[in-house]
Amino acid sequence: MRRWLPYPLLTLSLTVMWVLLHRPSLGHVLLGGAIAVAATWALARLQPDKPRLRNWLAMPQLLGIVLYDIIRSNIAVAGIILQGGRARRTSGFIVIPLELSNRTGLSVLAVIVTATPGTAWVEFDPAHGRLLLHVFDLVDEAAWQALIKHRYERLLLEIFE
Amino acid sequence: MSATILNWSITIAQIMLGMAMLCTIFRLAGGPRAQDRVLGLDTLYVNAMLLLLTFGMRSGSTLYFEAALVISLLGFVATVALAKFLMRGEVIE
Amino acid sequence: MSEAADLPLWAALLVSALVLVGAGLTLIGSYGLLRLERFYDRIHAPTLGSSWGTGGILVASMLLFSVLQTRPVLHEILIALFVTVTTPVTLMLLARAALYRDRTEGNADVPPMLSKDVPPTQNP
Repeated sequence: MRRWLPYPLLTLSLTVMWVLLHRPSLGHVLLGGAIAVAATWALARLQPDKPRLRNWLAMPQLLGIVLYDIIRSNIAVAGIILQGGRARRTSGFIVIPLELSNRTGLSVLAVIVTATPGTAWVEFDPAHGRLLLHVFDLVDEAAWQALIKHRYERLLLEIFE
Repeated sequence: MSATILNWSITIAQIMLGMAMLCTIFRLAGGPRAQDRVLGLDTLYVNAMLLLLTFGMRSGSTLYFEAALVISLLGFVATVALAKFLMRGEVIE
Repeated sequence: MSEAADLPLWAALLVSALVLVGAGLTLIGSYGLLRLERFYDRIHAPTLGSSWGTGGILVASMLLFSVLQTRPVLHEILIALFVTVTTPVTLMLLARAALYRDRTEGNADVPPMLSKDVPPTQNP
């Protein structure tokens, strides 16, 4: 089982993707499944480090938080842009110390931070676990640090480490 | 009735997307620095993809969907190569 | 738009609202890209278009085709997935390239390197 299907979840999602691209039929399920199995064998040859998911229950919670935050910051950033230069606004860089060191967790955090308008991931120093962010509306530096650490990093630590 | 509503809203959306593309073209032409131009080009690709999707909704054909997928793929590869070029002065080290 | 005539009214209204919101957010993002003054501010503006701008138009397209063809047409999810995964990569690479260029030119108001071992000017 392990040898034939090294990545069961990836095989399943590749098959679903193939069926979505075509009209759903038994033939496409079989063809997509065969292609997905071949693709995961090719991936297994590359020997990536396998992400371990420790806490499945925290994932929908994280997804909900992120979708809500994206809507909220979309409205905030759109408001700032529409006000033009009248509103006094400071933007700047902040440094955040991170405990998260898992590579998959860090890439998920990068997707979250960049997909949210208003924050942009700039640089990460893996030796000291420090992250450099650029924040569009920097009112309170400590509040942004607390947001990243408590809202996202806590859940990511639960899921990945 | 519903066809009229849909027709008008898609037309307005296409006008807005066209204006958005104009904004990014101004940024692409105006610079001032190379990274601004690359950011403008990346946004232009995303806007073009969205415009293609609205064309697909107007014509009712799913053919435009594949064109949109190809455009977003090309935009990603182009921006990554350009950003890499800005960082080191060469694409492949 | 001949086949849209038998579209129910609720679907037409919902699709219209989603398309207009998506296109509006994209327009605001691109306008911000044009109007904001510094590069590191501008990098936030296109995220409006690539998060809910794209999301709105993709959901509208999915809804329209699913109602018209009376079967779920979900292949727009692929574009959504692709845009969600690639936008962070491009923006991160661009931000790092801009930071690298600013540091090598010795511009003010950019933070120093996080790892202080190698001064930025000695990079190849």
